[in-house]
Amino acid sequence: MSYEVVGITILWTFLFGYLIVASVDFGAGFFSYYTAVVTRHENKVHNIIQRYLTPVWEVTNVFLIFFVVGLVGFFPDTAYFYGTALLVPGSLAIVLLALRGAYYAYNTYGSSKENDKIYMTIYGATGLLLPAALSTILALSEGGIITETNGKVRLDWIQFFSNPYTWSVVILALVSVLYISAMFLSYYAKRAEDQHSFELLRRYALFWSGPTILACVFVFFQINRQNPEHFENMLNMSWMFIASLICFLIAVYFVWKKVNLGWAFVLVMLQFAFAWYGYGRSHLPYILYNQISIYESFTNETMAIALIIAFIAGLFILIPSLILLLRLFLFDSKYVRGHSPKKG
Amino acid sequence: MVDLDPVTLSRMLTGLTLIVHIVFASIGVGVPLMIALAEWRGIRKNDPHYTLLARRWARGFVISVAVGVVTGTSIGLQLSLLWPTFMRVAGQAIALPLFMETFAFFVEAIFLGIYLYTWERFKKPMIHLLLLIPVVLGSSASAFFITSLNAFMNAPQGFTLKNGVFAEFKPLVAMFNPATPTKVSHVLASSYTASAGLLAGIAAYSLLRGRKEAYFKKALKLTVISTFVFAVSTAIIGDFSGKFLAKYQPEKLAAGEWHFETTDRAPLIYGGVMDESGSIKYAIKIPYALSILAGNSPNTEVIGLNEFPVDERPSLKIHYLFDTMVTIGGLLVLIPLIYMFRHRLSRKGNKRGYPKWLLVCLVLLGPLAMAATELGWLYAEFGRQPWIVRGYMKVAHAATTQDTVGYMIILFLALYIVLCLSCVKVLAKLFRNKDVVEEMRELGIHAKGGMKP
Repeated sequence: MSYEVVGITILWTFLFGYLIVASVDFGAGFFSYYTAVVTRHENKVHNIIQRYLTPVWEVTNVFLIFFVVGLVGFFPDTAYFYGTALLVPGSLAIVLLALRGAYYAYNTYGSSKENDKIYMTIYGATGLLLPAALSTILALSEGGIITETNGKVRLDWIQFFSNPYTWSVVILALVSVLYISAMFLSYYAKRAEDQHSFELLRRYALFWSGPTILACVFVFFQINRQNPEHFENMLNMSWMFIASLICFLIAVYFVWKKVNLGWAFVLVMLQFAFAWYGYGRSHLPYILYNQISIYESFTNETMAIALIIAFIAGLFILIPSLILLLRLFLFDSKYVRGHSPKKG
Repeated sequence: MVDLDPVTLSRMLTGLTLIVHIVFASIGVGVPLMIALAEWRGIRKNDPHYTLLARRWARGFVISVAVGVVTGTSIGLQLSLLWPTFMRVAGQAIALPLFMETFAFFVEAIFLGIYLYTWERFKKPMIHLLLLIPVVLGSSASAFFITSLNAFMNAPQGFTLKNGVFAEFKPLVAMFNPATPTKVSHVLASSYTASAGLLAGIAAYSLLRGRKEAYFKKALKLTVISTFVFAVSTAIIGDFSGKFLAKYQPEKLAAGEWHFETTDRAPLIYGGVMDESGSIKYAIKIPYALSILAGNSPNTEVIGLNEFPVDERPSLKIHYLFDTMVTIGGLLVLIPLIYMFRHRLSRKGNKRGYPKWLLVCLVLLGPLAMAATELGWLYAEFGRQPWIVRGYMKVAHAATTQDTVGYMIILFLALYIVLCLSCVKVLAKLFRNKDVVEEMRELGIHAKGGMKP
């Protein structure tokens, strides 16, 4: 493998990590809001969500920052094209992330006993707005919307918003967030032995599975319209997308039958992994179609080697820490069931 | 505001984000160390007051970390959004520390999460304290990596420039540039000072409001003495920074000190104002002091500002920033010193408690330490102008070409106001709702002595 491919694979993997962790987080925010504020169910589902999210919320953001910093590090031209073009949407995304993060911490670590409605609304709303906003960057990457004339980079807003492909990606992002999140939370509720929440979350998971697969198919064919070259590449590795579909079917079957819920979530991750890497691989060599190619826009070789070494060294610290975090909170049945002492 | 050019607007927005972020970043670097100090003292002296102190600080700390994380995210992304050309070119030399910073922060975030939720989970309290070490190391490492990037902008190296093309990049050489040692240590020491000062101010405020419990006096003693130690080390490192500037960035020192002609036995100009014609009034001139600052000897030749072309000189206004920072630095040493003498005296029989004027001064330690940090950064940044990478790239050539930056300033200004106000409100509510005495009763700690019955 060339350094270019190693670099983009590392980055793509971190973005995949963000996709999973953030989807659980975004969806949880929405379900939390929906069950507590809209349907006025008792707060049980909310408590389950809270217990999972509290120790890990800070970690989520880091995946995204890591991706952005790494992307600029490995492929400096991305800063120039995407950085210039995305000033406004990027700034709006920062504001949403900031409000979400800060208000989450205020509510969780602040002193209020009952959950604040304003906070719940901010958390629920940003849970849907953020995936919608962030996913549009994938739509931009297909090319034709960011243009450079006379050394000035511009984003064509009219074409951007009137493009059905943009909207197909946004819809896919929204339904997948709800699907991934519900799948994970029903597993977590089962572990917490909370039958009532489990039944409710399982219903959400099954409900969103249909739209998820429909949205996938819709996007698949929209790519053909938007970027036939990319679509051609995707067909050449169609086995990855078929594998994704099979994982999806088994996962939904497990949840339907209420068996192997842990495996069901592993299969959900595999479903998205196959689709994600299939999409990413067929997108190469372009990061931005016809403008940024991983080969032409690569950083110098010394920096590439330094970044890869730093990444490997970082993993040696990161993986044990993450395992410790998961063992203490996610896989500690006492904590999951809520028998552990509260925060300091 | 929207009529200004994108370069000026980008500078304004970056400045705005940094002014907010630096407060929370300094707290993020310094407070974990203070928490560790308090918890360690609590374990060693078997004094639950200190443990409670650590616990309450940690509770407030997370709130500030949240704001630090989101403003840090903000500046991290704004680097690419507002300075795309800088990132495209300089990224080739300096992407490494930025990349590593995310790892450091990752470790910090993970262990902070664990630390907060495991106060009573381990049989040995020492294990819980050990969880804080990765937090302290992670946050200090973050500061190191980010500051090395800023150091690179001041003393760039690790690449060559031939016919307008940058080549032969050496990432480690770029990271460990001549500015790195003094800059990093100055940032770390001043963050510790700012955090200790802030906590001292809070403790003094409680005493000023008439609280008499031993808990507050212990908190005050720990924080004020820490402020003293950190402030003294910041000052010593500041002296090294002066020597660095004299050698590698003489125009910044010269502009900051209003030193125009290259000469030895250079006097130091303290205070004063400069009028339109450039003459200096009301200043105190300390003979030889600038030469001593620059090279430890009155015979050191100090390069004057006149050696530099007019369009490569920083603004002379940075003199005011520099002198105010130094003056505050002096106060941060002096106020704790007075407290320490007074503490000595009161132990020898005089048991009346602290006089009101002293407590007022101690409350001021918090805002003063923060102000010094802000001024130091303003001096560092304005002092590098017009360069973004000194000698290679000017700020004017690095900014975005978008003309919507003005609206983004309004957007972010609103965001930061909302974040900061709500942060203060949440913190105030947090500590008002759970009073120390009430919490001590809950945990079975005696208010007076400190030992469990």
